[in-house]
Amino acid sequence: MSKALFIDTSRCIACRGCQVACKQWHGLPAVATRQRGTHQNPPDLNPFNYKVVRFAEEKTAGKVEWLFFPDQCHHCLSPSCKSAAQSFAPGAIVVDKKTGAVIYTEETAKLTADQCKEIQQACPYDIPRRNDATGRLTKCDMCVDRQHTGLPPVCVKTCCTGAMNHGERDKMLAMAHQRLEVVKASHPRAQLVDPDDAGVIYLVTNPKLALQRPKKEAVANYSRRELLGRLTAPFRHSV
Amino acid sequence: MTNHWIDIKNADVVLIMGSNAAEHHPISFKWVLKAKDAGAKVIHIDPKFSRTSARSDMHVPLRSGTDIALLGGMVRHILEKEQFNREYVAQYTNASFIVGEGYGFKNGLFSGYDPGAKKYDQKKWGFASDQNGVPRRDVTLKDPRCVFQLMKKHYRRYTPQKVSAVTGVPVRDLLKVYEIYGATGAAGKAGTMMYALGWTQHTVGVQNIRLSTIVQLLLGNMGVAGGGINALRGEPNVQGSTDHCILWNSLPGYLPSPTSDQVSLEEYLKVNTPATREPKSVNWWSNKPKYVVSLLKAWMGDAATSENGFGYDFLPKADPGVDYSVIFLVDRMYKGQIKGGLVLGHNPAQSMPNSNKVRKALDKLDWLAVAEIHHSETSDFWRRPGVEPKKIQTEVFLLPSCQRGEKDGSITNSGRWLMWHGKGIEPMGQSRSMGWMTVEIFKRVRALYAKESGAFPDPVLKMDWPQDYDADAVARKINGGYTRDITVNGKTFKKGEQVQGFLFLRDDGSTASLNWLYAGSYGPAGNLGRRRDLAQTAMQARIGLFPNFSWAWPVNRRILYNRASVDPNGKPYNTAQPVIAWENDKWVGDVPDGPAPPMALPGGKYPFIMQTEGMGQLYGPGRVDGPFPEHYEPAETPLKAQPFSAQLSNPCLKTAQSDMDVLAKPGDPRFPFVLTTYGVAEQWCGGVDTRNAPLLLEAEPQLYVEMSPELAKMRGIGNGDPVVVESARGRVEAIAMVTVRITPFKVLGKTVHLVGMPFCFGWTTPGAGDATNRLSSSVCDPNVSIPEYKACLVDVRKAEKVTELFV
Repeated sequence: MSKALFIDTSRCIACRGCQVACKQWHGLPAVATRQRGTHQNPPDLNPFNYKVVRFAEEKTAGKVEWLFFPDQCHHCLSPSCKSAAQSFAPGAIVVDKKTGAVIYTEETAKLTADQCKEIQQACPYDIPRRNDATGRLTKCDMCVDRQHTGLPPVCVKTCCTGAMNHGERDKMLAMAHQRLEVVKASHPRAQLVDPDDAGVIYLVTNPKLALQRPKKEAVANYSRRELLGRLTAPFRHSV
Repeated sequence: MTNHWIDIKNADVVLIMGSNAAEHHPISFKWVLKAKDAGAKVIHIDPKFSRTSARSDMHVPLRSGTDIALLGGMVRHILEKEQFNREYVAQYTNASFIVGEGYGFKNGLFSGYDPGAKKYDQKKWGFASDQNGVPRRDVTLKDPRCVFQLMKKHYRRYTPQKVSAVTGVPVRDLLKVYEIYGATGAAGKAGTMMYALGWTQHTVGVQNIRLSTIVQLLLGNMGVAGGGINALRGEPNVQGSTDHCILWNSLPGYLPSPTSDQVSLEEYLKVNTPATREPKSVNWWSNKPKYVVSLLKAWMGDAATSENGFGYDFLPKADPGVDYSVIFLVDRMYKGQIKGGLVLGHNPAQSMPNSNKVRKALDKLDWLAVAEIHHSETSDFWRRPGVEPKKIQTEVFLLPSCQRGEKDGSITNSGRWLMWHGKGIEPMGQSRSMGWMTVEIFKRVRALYAKESGAFPDPVLKMDWPQDYDADAVARKINGGYTRDITVNGKTFKKGEQVQGFLFLRDDGSTASLNWLYAGSYGPAGNLGRRRDLAQTAMQARIGLFPNFSWAWPVNRRILYNRASVDPNGKPYNTAQPVIAWENDKWVGDVPDGPAPPMALPGGKYPFIMQTEGMGQLYGPGRVDGPFPEHYEPAETPLKAQPFSAQLSNPCLKTAQSDMDVLAKPGDPRFPFVLTTYGVAEQWCGGVDTRNAPLLLEAEPQLYVEMSPELAKMRGIGNGDPVVVESARGRVEAIAMVTVRITPFKVLGKTVHLVGMPFCFGWTTPGAGDATNRLSSSVCDPNVSIPEYKACLVDVRKAEKVTELFV
């Protein structure tokens, strides 16, 4: 039986303990960021952030809604990224038998930039990011190293509210359905995101707002100066 | 906290006000959400919609500095709708006490006000006593001079319409909050109040808390599971450091600091030890002499004798009426009256209000030693932007201090639990613990005195001081022990044995303890702060009480005033979640507030044992600015008049007087917006530790100012634009965060805009921005001199050029 994560966003307080713990466990360096009028930082997933808590807000009829979405790889049960990589480099993307985690190996460095783009486009959740310096594709590995020694993924370990949960897939699925029933009483639009296809099951209270993503060309919205700054910014605070 | 973190889960209603609990105390939300799972309603009342609001059932935005108006309206509602617990109010609070003829309230002022001194004659507010000196009472609560009736009269003025006009909260939202929270007055229901600096950092800070206690007492929420007044203390060990007297006006264990007119120990004890003739009152503070003498004995050792008042004569004394708190300390520094300073784990040049003044004050010092983990805005004040280092004459020392994991020690958490931790790794480089620094510095001062002598050398030379710093030895001494062989309560103890608890402390010099509250934490059974045992009884399990996990002061009591959780016969008000119960002639459950039987039985005692008369204080004549909390505007207010009285701001508020302590006028057109300041989850306090943690700086990299889309439009500001925020005292650059989470307020028919800024960013982190506190003022609450960080006036405009931020 494979493992699963259940991420109950109705319990998330966006403390970002998971985002930071993930970087710490994986030894990822800090990236230079700027305040851009939102708490969401870094702005998006990148080769050094396998996990980013997304913030979305709106005010309707005088009522404010502020949603938090700890975004990461969904660890699909039939990963389309793996299928896409299969013909390019068979060992680049594998599934860990013990946990069901989808793992990007060192062999992703053998992929060309164009092949990586194809794999990225195959992902329904826009997760994989290419490290142009190493040529490797990167993303959440479900802390497979921790799991093999009996420890929960570090994001789950650090979560204090019960938003992040980890366990046997059937247990997580049952927990997700049970919570959905409860949450629906106060959030009628609540739903689970692809519970039957993903190893990471999200519960979202307002799917439209929670799952909206800035358009990819958003980067063009940066001023020229900002864009240049971003491209040339050294890793000022790198560890 | 009167209760503790886990206990929040027992609440039927969680009222979070003056706190952004989810961001600043994330662990609290583990328990808030558990309460919610069990059906509790969670209400968040705060100027901005935060991550706390996002997880609450209801967010009610109020204009910063108007909490008393909102809660005053709640008191009115509770009394008018009779939501209060009548038995509790009549039997356990001073509602029935008759107030003397001297008390009065008119035009926003209580009787006895001296406008010249800006002070009240508090003697005017005393109770009317009978021939035995016991306050007269009317338990029917009908006497027009009883506290209950006076309170009713006072808060009758707080109509929902007036409260709404001042706070900016619509009447329907007020009534909804009042109805939901007032419902916890029913027996068996509990409401908890979670607060933090959003209540304390105002010129009415103490009265904010006072009013919350009035609400909790009326509703019978004190002493019960899921109730209480719960100050969310911080990870910087606010609880522990306050217990051990970080403030100038107390000695360890909340004993008052002596003043120079208290010339002997006898006189000090006479002035500070309360007496009562009420036989059912425990009046716990009558034990004060035992705690004071044991403290002196611990400080002075063999040099403490009955002849020298156990070393009382060696103690520094404050001059009566002089304020030694940090705002006034900085003021004296600014005026050149202070030569040097030791700053340990504090960053005043960044986190104190009016920080431009603080920075200039540091320039006046001959020398400064800062103990810190990183360079801070304080340690490096001499090279701050705009200053020529060569012109600063101060000699500065940085003492590298080690981190928590590098030393043994303890933290006392908000629930008063003593949490011991062991050293994990050796300190990096030459860094040392601050305990080591303190011991070594004093040893060297002592050597100088021994060699060169000096004025009044005895206190320095005779103090009982260790040769080497040892955290365990300090913990043992805090608990205290016997200084000679002695027989107490029929039992004989040997010199050097640890005392079992504060019941064993004595006023004859035979015991020594550095803090009576912690007596029992490290008795003969060892350091109980190390315990991690989850064993509990079935009764304790029902309320999440773990008596064998760590140790809580006092005497391992987990819920304070728990004798008020039972009726006068000892039967729990909430039978499903009892804290204590009187069964078979003894108490079961939590450690009760004293072993005496319940109040109605022979030998029974009143529940509020720390109060002289044994009653919860609805009427509080001990506060310098009035026995009932009254709404006053912040020192800087957008209003020229307020509807509750002609008295605009707190008549007793304190402020430093200097050319840099300028305030905007009420309704000042130059500074039309309210600024409130706060922390942010990813940065810690003034930010020195976390700004130097790259992964946290990545998540919250730069100073921002949150504002409503309406205000942004009015000022032509776009989301993410650099802006300038200016007050009468300073100018700060920040990035605009335009958000629907900030909403304009309708106040007295006009729109009032509020903006909010974190205070954690400083110039030592390049391009992150500099101290928000250059904007705030050093105006203070008159009781405890806490500054009004939470409300001042500013203007905001789009920046043409920025120098403080990387953009």
